[in-house]
Amino acid sequence: MRRILICLFLFYSILLFSQEFIFTAKDKPNDDGSAILIEWDASDYEPDKIILERQDTKGNFLEIKKLSDFLGVFEDGNDINAGKTYFYRLSLYDVVGNLISQKSAQITAEAQWFNTEKISLLIMTIILTAAIIYFIYSARSGKELYIRKISGLESMEESVGRATEMGRPILFIPGTLDLDDMQTIAGLTILGKLAQKVAEYNTKLLVPVCRSMVLSTAKEVVEEAYLKAGNPDAYDPDSVFYLTDDQFGYVAGVDGIIVREKPAANFFLGAFYAESLILAETGFASGSIQTAGTAMPSQLPFFVVACDYTLIGEELFAASAYLSKDPHQLGSLKGQDLGKAIFVIVLLIGVILEIFNVHILKDFLSLH
Amino acid sequence: MIQFFEAFGIWLGAFFTFAIFSFLYKDNPVYKIAEQVFVGLSAGYWFVYTIFSIIIPNLYNPITQNFSENWIKIIPAILGVMMLMRLIPKTSWISRFPISLVIGTTSGVLFLRYLKSDVINQMTATMINPFIGGSWVEIIGKLMLVIGTLTGVVYFYFSKKHEGAFGSTARIGIYFLMISFGAAFGYTAMARISLLIGRLQFLLGDWLKIIGP
Repeated sequence: MRRILICLFLFYSILLFSQEFIFTAKDKPNDDGSAILIEWDASDYEPDKIILERQDTKGNFLEIKKLSDFLGVFEDGNDINAGKTYFYRLSLYDVVGNLISQKSAQITAEAQWFNTEKISLLIMTIILTAAIIYFIYSARSGKELYIRKISGLESMEESVGRATEMGRPILFIPGTLDLDDMQTIAGLTILGKLAQKVAEYNTKLLVPVCRSMVLSTAKEVVEEAYLKAGNPDAYDPDSVFYLTDDQFGYVAGVDGIIVREKPAANFFLGAFYAESLILAETGFASGSIQTAGTAMPSQLPFFVVACDYTLIGEELFAASAYLSKDPHQLGSLKGQDLGKAIFVIVLLIGVILEIFNVHILKDFLSLH
Repeated sequence: MIQFFEAFGIWLGAFFTFAIFSFLYKDNPVYKIAEQVFVGLSAGYWFVYTIFSIIIPNLYNPITQNFSENWIKIIPAILGVMMLMRLIPKTSWISRFPISLVIGTTSGVLFLRYLKSDVINQMTATMINPFIGGSWVEIIGKLMLVIGTLTGVVYFYFSKKHEGAFGSTARIGIYFLMISFGAAFGYTAMARISLLIGRLQFLLGDWLKIIGP
């Protein structure tokens, strides 16, 4: 009997020790050192309960997760800092609550310099930047860079001429967003060109704005334009003025200006939201020539409907290069065009590969 | 007293709603009052909001309460003061530095963001096999997606004149854009109608009590 019991004990012990229990802690790759990956496989044991614990600063193990699956990966991103070492413990319990097995692991969280999952973004950045620099140097060296006609911009000369003839002002709205939006910057660049023409014709310009930073920049731009036009005395500092930061308060103010001042031409160039139709409709009702441009897809329909000329999306950004013929802007636009050509080619190749069930290109480009 | 102010607020709201609606007839003094009050109040509101919700919690409190950990916030504070230099004509040139910094950093940060969202993500989302899927409607939809994206990009290519085959492709692109604009117009017009309904609910419910809440 005693022998049988010893044999049974040995058999059970061998069986228990032959079971595999995998528990590893790894630093999460391609991150800023703020996450640890915990991997476990306790499928041989089939425990009732799996508890994952992490050691705190006092040396106590605190439960961080009850794991429901026998194997898997858990990402611990709670209060993990790069350069610090963390201790983990995984405990397996049976139905009664007895500890079957336990393993611990330690890992130091590390921040990576490069996110290798974004290589495609790096490649695109390098290609675009190189193309832009190349074209800027080409334009500087005197090489003529062709840009097709942007029909919306033909209105500028016509608008200024009309305003001069009628003795009415020109209204320019640089959108309702701040300087941290590219559309506002593009709008202000066009404002510079428009103000230069306005200064040449000695016409009145009105630029109501709704952001303090835009106010400062617009004042600078208009003043410089008057200087360039050789008519600095005609510059009126009050022609660029602040109304309010509030979206609809600003619209109410601009509508009042349109109705009372009756500008001969309105320019809405920048980022717009729900105010686009209100502004464009009021301008249309007052009989102004209207030119609008925005990269807000949801607002473009209203401008297309209510304005005489519309710069659609990227035409707004191309407009300043088209008007100024400045080598920097021309080079930048040309570089972007090269990017678009690459986009079309890569997209076509990608679609063909997808048709043949080859996903290598799509997988490479997908950003995680 | 509270009830009086509640009722006063509702009457004031109704008055200003009618004042704004009166613009549908023509510009008039009542509309002008509503407009000026709105612009003035909102300007004042944003001024106070900037102080109490931006400057005090993000600059004043961190610096006064824990300077050693928040000293870096002195830099934006200095940039803000540099912006105010515009008020003095002789020193107004100083404000160009913070403006340059904002424009430069914006361009740099947005370059990568848009390259990711508008170029690479757009590209991978369009890389599909249009011929797999359920019904023929789905297949046509996928083909439209691919053709619309390609021709749309061609329209925005500025280095070549829109003529010949290239021009035809660009024209198809602009048709796609116009159709999408039409759909967006209808969708937003519906949303505007809901704003009008909201105003009418206020007038008929909160003000006149003709309809229930």
